Amino acid sequence: MLVYFIRRLVNVVAMLLVVAAVTFAIFFMVPKLTGTDPALYYVGKIADKAAVEGARHKMGLDKPIIEQFYLFLKGLFVGRDYSTGVSVSHCAAPCFGYSFKTEQAVWPLLLNRLGVTASLAAGASVLWLVFGTATGVVSALKRRTLLDRITMTTALAGVSLPIYFTGMLASAIFVYQLGWFPHDYVELGTDPVAWAQNLMLPWITLAFLYAATYARLTRATLLDVLGEDYIRTARAKGLSERTVIGKHAMRSTLTPILTVFGMDLGGLIGGAVLTESTFNFRGLGYEAVYAINSSDLPVIMGVTLFAGFFIILANLVVDVLYAVVDPRVRLT
Amino acid sequence: MSTSTESTTDAPPPTAVPAKRIEGRSPGRIAWSRLKRDKVALAGGVVVLLLILAAVFAPVLIALFGHPVDEPHPDQINPDLGLPNGSFGGMSADYLFGVDPTFGRDVFSRIVYGARISLTVALLSAALSVVIGVLVGTAAGYFGGWVDSVISKVMDVLLAFPQLLFSIALVSVMPSSLLGVDGSFLRMGILVVVIGGFGWPYIGRIVRGQAMSLREREFVDAARSLGAGSVHILLRELLPNLVAPILVYTTLIIPTNILSEAALSFLGAGVKPPTPSWGQMLSEATKIYQVDPTYMVVPGLAIFVTVLAFNLFGDGLRDALDPKGN
Repeated sequence: MLVYFIRRLVNVVAMLLVVAAVTFAIFFMVPKLTGTDPALYYVGKIADKAAVEGARHKMGLDKPIIEQFYLFLKGLFVGRDYSTGVSVSHCAAPCFGYSFKTEQAVWPLLLNRLGVTASLAAGASVLWLVFGTATGVVSALKRRTLLDRITMTTALAGVSLPIYFTGMLASAIFVYQLGWFPHDYVELGTDPVAWAQNLMLPWITLAFLYAATYARLTRATLLDVLGEDYIRTARAKGLSERTVIGKHAMRSTLTPILTVFGMDLGGLIGGAVLTESTFNFRGLGYEAVYAINSSDLPVIMGVTLFAGFFIILANLVVDVLYAVVDPRVRLT
Repeated sequence: MSTSTESTTDAPPPTAVPAKRIEGRSPGRIAWSRLKRDKVALAGGVVVLLLILAAVFAPVLIALFGHPVDEPHPDQINPDLGLPNGSFGGMSADYLFGVDPTFGRDVFSRIVYGARISLTVALLSAALSVVIGVLVGTAAGYFGGWVDSVISKVMDVLLAFPQLLFSIALVSVMPSSLLGVDGSFLRMGILVVVIGGFGWPYIGRIVRGQAMSLREREFVDAARSLGAGSVHILLRELLPNLVAPILVYTTLIIPTNILSEAALSFLGAGVKPPTPSWGQMLSEATKIYQVDPTYMVVPGLAIFVTVLAFNLFGDGLRDALDPKGN
C-alpha cells in the first residue's frame, strides 16, 4: 500500500513537471520562434528600448531558457527575488510571478479566484451527481418504456447543448424576463443565502449538462451489469429486487461513475471557463480568459498549472478511492 | 474530407433482407439492416448529410436565399439602438434568419458559412485524431512493453492538460502568419491541430485496448505461424477488426469537436472576424441578448441541431455495429 502511494506521488510530481515544462515552453519559446519578444508583453507594445531591456533583465528573460525554467520552478517552492538592480521585490513561495497588467502577485490572485470556481463546482457537482445517476437508474430499470425514451432523448439533447447557449437562454428567461434569480457572485462568508441564491442558475445550467452525461453513463453501465451472471445468481438466491439492484448492481455501476465524477470535478475546479464567461463570474476560468486576451503570461501559466494540478490530483484521488471501493483492484 | 462521413452511410451494401430464407450475411450487412430500422439514427444521418451538403454548396445557397456574407445592410438597422428594425431579429422573407446587430449582415448567410468552418474544423480534427489515435493505439496494444508504457504515459499527460484553457492560450500565442499561410486558413489549421491533437488519446486508449485483446486471438497466431511480419499483422489482421470501434468513435468525436470549435470561437480563439463562425456569433450575442435574443438563438440552435444529429447517428451506428445487439 505504502509503495503504491509513493509511486503514485512520484507519478503526480512527474506529470506536473511535464505540464509545467510544456506550458513554459509554449509561452516562452513559441513567441521566440515566431519572432515576438516576451519582454514586450511585460511593458506593452509602445515602450522604449531601455524599458524593454529593464523588464527583460528583471524577469530573467535574458537568461537561457533552461535556467529560466529552473528559476520558475524554484520560485514555486522557495520563492523568488526580482531585482532591477536598484530595487528588489520578493515574491514568496509558491511564486508564480507577477501579473504583467496589474503587477500583483499571481498566487494570491489564484487563491482569491478559486473561491468562486469552487463554489460553482461544489453546488453543481452535487446536483448533477444526484440527478444524473438517479435518472440513469430509473431509465435503466424502466428500460424501453416511454419514460426511458423521454429521459434519454432529453439527456442526448443535454449533451448536445453548449453551456454558454443554455446559460444565456436561462439568463434571458429567468433573470431578465421573469426576474427570479439575481446573478452576481456573493461570497459564502458574507451571506450564505445570497451565495446560494445567486449561484442557483449557474449551478442548474452546469448540472443539466453534466447530469445528461451521467444519466447516459449510468443507464448503459447498469444495463451491462444487470446482464452479468452474479446478478442472476443473486436473483436465484431469492434476494429481493431492491437488494439485487441497490446492493449488488449499484456497487459495480458506481465505480466507473466515480471515476468520471472525479475527473470532471478536477477539471471543473481548474476553471469552469465557459460557465464563468457566460455568467460573468470572476473565477479562475474567467481570469484565465481575461489573461489570455491581454497576453498576461504569468497569470496564464499560473491558471494552467493550477488547473493541471487539480486534474492530476483528481486522478490520484479517484485511483485511490477505486482501490477502496473495488476489491479486485490490487495496489501494486 | 466530407466524403469520409458520407461514405460511412453508404459503405454497407443496401440490399433488402429476405424474410424467410436463411442466408449468410456479412457483419456490414447485418449492421446496415439494423441501422435501417433505427429511424432516429437515420434521421440524424440525413440531417448530417444535409448539413454537409449545405456547407459544401454554401456559395450557391447564399446566392439563392441570402445576401453576401460580409455585406452590411444599414437600412435593416435602427440607427439609434443598433438593433434590427423588424421583430425577431429582423426575420423576413428576404432575411430568413434576420440580420445581425450593428452591421445588419444577413444571419442566414453567416450561419451557412459558419457551417463550413465548423464542419471543416470538426471533420479534419477528427481525421487527425483518428489517424494518430489508431497508429499509436495499435502500436501500443500490439507491441506492448516499453512502446506501450511510453505511449500510455504520453496519453496520460495529454489528458491531464486543462484542454480548453490550454487551447485558447495556445491559439493566442500563435503568430498571424506561419509557413506562408495566414488569415482564416491559418486559424482553421491551428484549430484542427489543437482540437485533433488533444482528441487522439481518447481514440488511442480504445484502440489500444482492442488491439491488446485481439493480439491474443488465434487468427493472429495463425498469421504469425504462416510467417507474417508485424506490419502485415497490424494492417491486414488487426486493422480490419478495429474498423467498427473506430467508425463509431469517429462519429462520436465529431460532435465533441464541433462543440470545441464553437467554444474556442466563443472565447475569441476561433477564426477571426469578419469570417463568421457559430461560436463567435454567440459571443457577440452575449452583449445584446437581453434586448435581441434572436441573434443568440439562431447560432445556438445551429450548434445544437448539428451536434445532436451527429450524436443520434453515432449512437445508432454504435448500436448497429454492436455484435451483442439484436
